[in-house]
Amino acid sequence: MSDSNQSTTQGAGRLFAYAPAPESRAIVDLAPSYGLFVDGEFTEAADGRVFTSVSPSSEEVLAEVARAGEADVDRAVAAARRAFGPWSALPGAERGKYLFRIARILQERSRELAVLESLDNGKPIRETRDVDLPLVAAHFFYYAGWADKLGYAVPGHPDPKPLGVAGQVIPWNFPLLMLAWKVAPALAAGNTVVLKPAETTPLSALFFADVCRQAGLPRGVVNILPGYGDAGAALVAHDGVDKVAFTGSTEVGKAIARSVAGTRKKVTLELGGKAANIVFDDAPVDQAVEGIVNGIFFNQGHVCCAGSRLLVQESVRDELLDALKRRMATLRVGDPLDKNTDVGAINSAEQLARITELAQAGEAEGAERWSPACELPSSGYWFAPTLFTGVTQAHRIAREEIFGPVLSVLTFRTPEEAVAKANNTPYGLSAGIWSEKGSRILAVAGRLRAGVVWANTFNKFDPTSPFGGYKESGHGREGGRHGLEAYLDV
Amino acid sequence: MPSIAPPTDDESAAVPAYAPEADARRATLDDVAASDQALRRFLHGLPGVDAVGLEARAAALGTRSIKTTAKAYALDLAVSMIDLTTLEGADTPGKVRALCAKGVHPDPLDRSTPKVAAICVYGDMVATAKEALAAAGGADVHVAAVATAFPSGRAARGVKLADTAEAVAAGADEIDMVIDRGAFLAGRYLEVFEEIRAVKAACARPDGTAAHLKVIFENGELSTYDNIRRCSWLAMLAGADFIKTSTGKVAVNATPANTLLMLEAVRDFRRDVGVQVGVKPAGGIRTAKDAVKYLVLVNETAGDAWLSPDWFRFGASSLLNDLLMQRQKLRTGRYSGPDYVTVD
Repeated sequence: MSDSNQSTTQGAGRLFAYAPAPESRAIVDLAPSYGLFVDGEFTEAADGRVFTSVSPSSEEVLAEVARAGEADVDRAVAAARRAFGPWSALPGAERGKYLFRIARILQERSRELAVLESLDNGKPIRETRDVDLPLVAAHFFYYAGWADKLGYAVPGHPDPKPLGVAGQVIPWNFPLLMLAWKVAPALAAGNTVVLKPAETTPLSALFFADVCRQAGLPRGVVNILPGYGDAGAALVAHDGVDKVAFTGSTEVGKAIARSVAGTRKKVTLELGGKAANIVFDDAPVDQAVEGIVNGIFFNQGHVCCAGSRLLVQESVRDELLDALKRRMATLRVGDPLDKNTDVGAINSAEQLARITELAQAGEAEGAERWSPACELPSSGYWFAPTLFTGVTQAHRIAREEIFGPVLSVLTFRTPEEAVAKANNTPYGLSAGIWSEKGSRILAVAGRLRAGVVWANTFNKFDPTSPFGGYKESGHGREGGRHGLEAYLDV
Repeated sequence: MPSIAPPTDDESAAVPAYAPEADARRATLDDVAASDQALRRFLHGLPGVDAVGLEARAAALGTRSIKTTAKAYALDLAVSMIDLTTLEGADTPGKVRALCAKGVHPDPLDRSTPKVAAICVYGDMVATAKEALAAAGGADVHVAAVATAFPSGRAARGVKLADTAEAVAAGADEIDMVIDRGAFLAGRYLEVFEEIRAVKAACARPDGTAAHLKVIFENGELSTYDNIRRCSWLAMLAGADFIKTSTGKVAVNATPANTLLMLEAVRDFRRDVGVQVGVKPAGGIRTAKDAVKYLVLVNETAGDAWLSPDWFRFGASSLLNDLLMQRQKLRTGRYSGPDYVTVD
């Protein structure tokens, strides 16, 4: 990749300009084409169709990938069904050994996978290196430990059984991490899986298939079907699937819920969000600013639990916004592989169009738009970090999930008003509270209808902590002990 | 959050803490130090500090990758910001003279190496240091003297003021005072405030100029980040030209997190009062890599205005040699080792 047109001159100041510090992509050995991973082998699609995966920061074609269709779903589900018997019959401790082995291989290959993820997704290497990959390994380590302790996972169920074949469909925002959230608990509980990664980010899942082979995982226990929505729909509707797990948009989630209604399938859905990040007048201001930035600009805002609505107490609005703008001016937008990049590329042209459309709607509806001076690269998909002030609950940008680096700022006067506004959304995935007063944090947290409430921090993840939504943000929990229940017949 | 003064519209109109106009600007806040109660209310009304968030931010900035041209700039800047220090009971004129020679020509193999900012010594070594610097051709390198019963600060006010006045009379360009941590921790903020003011007055020279005053908090003894933020504002209100983390004589000295917090304080003070104050982390900064991380903190918190020896210093001794070795490595591509830099 040519770095010259991607390095940016922005940053904190002019005196101390950071020279480009690109992570080498030589560590990733990309093949020109990749197949589906079915029954332990890489194969072409039954109908021979392929698609390409591009690097969103440069629009460079990274590889050609086989595109799964219905026949491939049949084949993969059949393979997973064959593998289910022996896999579920293994003692938990033996399944745990495979998972520990996978976790260690993921750690050993973390630099390679971090670079690959940055290339395919567009997110900064700083995040893939420091957040995605450590969490991916941590999820496998965590659930490896559960594999021989399933009798303690769900109270009242001392000998729970696995469900069978899990059909899993994951999004493009954290490709490998979402895979880990889905695959690790499924395998620990004794299920086998057929997983469909998103069409814009299929590569890390295919590298994971290689990790499974390296770990000696029995054939058919993990099957990976890169493809589009049609393959996902075929997978969740397939008769041979006992459990459906989906992370993605609320619209698709509703369609999945309809398609599995009336079947035996157990389903968990982790959908959209429009989280309120509530800043009280006694907040630790400098850390609150960091939390706001991390809440909405982490991963370019492609985060279902992003703090996309800033609710700030009106008495400190100006001071907080001044500090936030000053901080936003130091964000470094550019080459995802530069180790100093804070904000990378938007994942796809389609997503960029959606963000652009909603931002225009914000302006058209009268909100005030602001972005720091920010030179964007000439190729690839980019959107400058953006702040909207003067937003009310009636604006589209306060109600719809933008899934991009766009923050809507609203004000409130009292804790009651803050809670009312925070809950006034069809979503309920996450929320944040900033206050130095512990009693206020506890009182407000208890009244927020959100699956995760962060206090004086934001976007913190841990495999031991359950994650999931209220209302249209989905149902079921992933992570922690609770995450096992979704994969057990209890 | 207390609203204390209308923010200055034009930040470039800020004045240095030692400029005559700074007094008038600080005077707009005289009310907050009108009584112990008023000062307490003001300091306790400052926004709190979330320790986890502060440390996470400092750690995140520590992952910046500073390479090639940026590294060359940072290494030279760091050398020029060093207060090259010897504060031992065993200090002799010979030791101080050797340190001065090193401060003027840090790398005998490369005369393009910048001079350090200052030589930091006990008060009784000031005259020796001044002479030695002049003899080495480095009269522009400052002499900083620690004073006010450094490092504990446990002495009568009169002794502290005499300590300061003697160092200034001997030619000290800068005075590094310690605050009375006992008074601060006992909540007697006004006493600490007044002592800083008195020491500042003792920094005056007969010709109307004054030695610049650095105020050392001893963050390791203040212990909490809230205390460090309060102490920063207290010292800046009392007239500090620089705020300094620590003496280097206790277990916890400068850390990226407590330095970041003090950088936020000087940034906010300049915004609110229009007076610029410097920051000096001291103690425990031994490697070039660490020094570059501190410069990243400066760059991304306080910004360009603090990226000079006038506004940011490192209190250090062994740091200089590591900077010199990294500088040689960058220039020649080879790492030559400790025998190619001088012991002092």
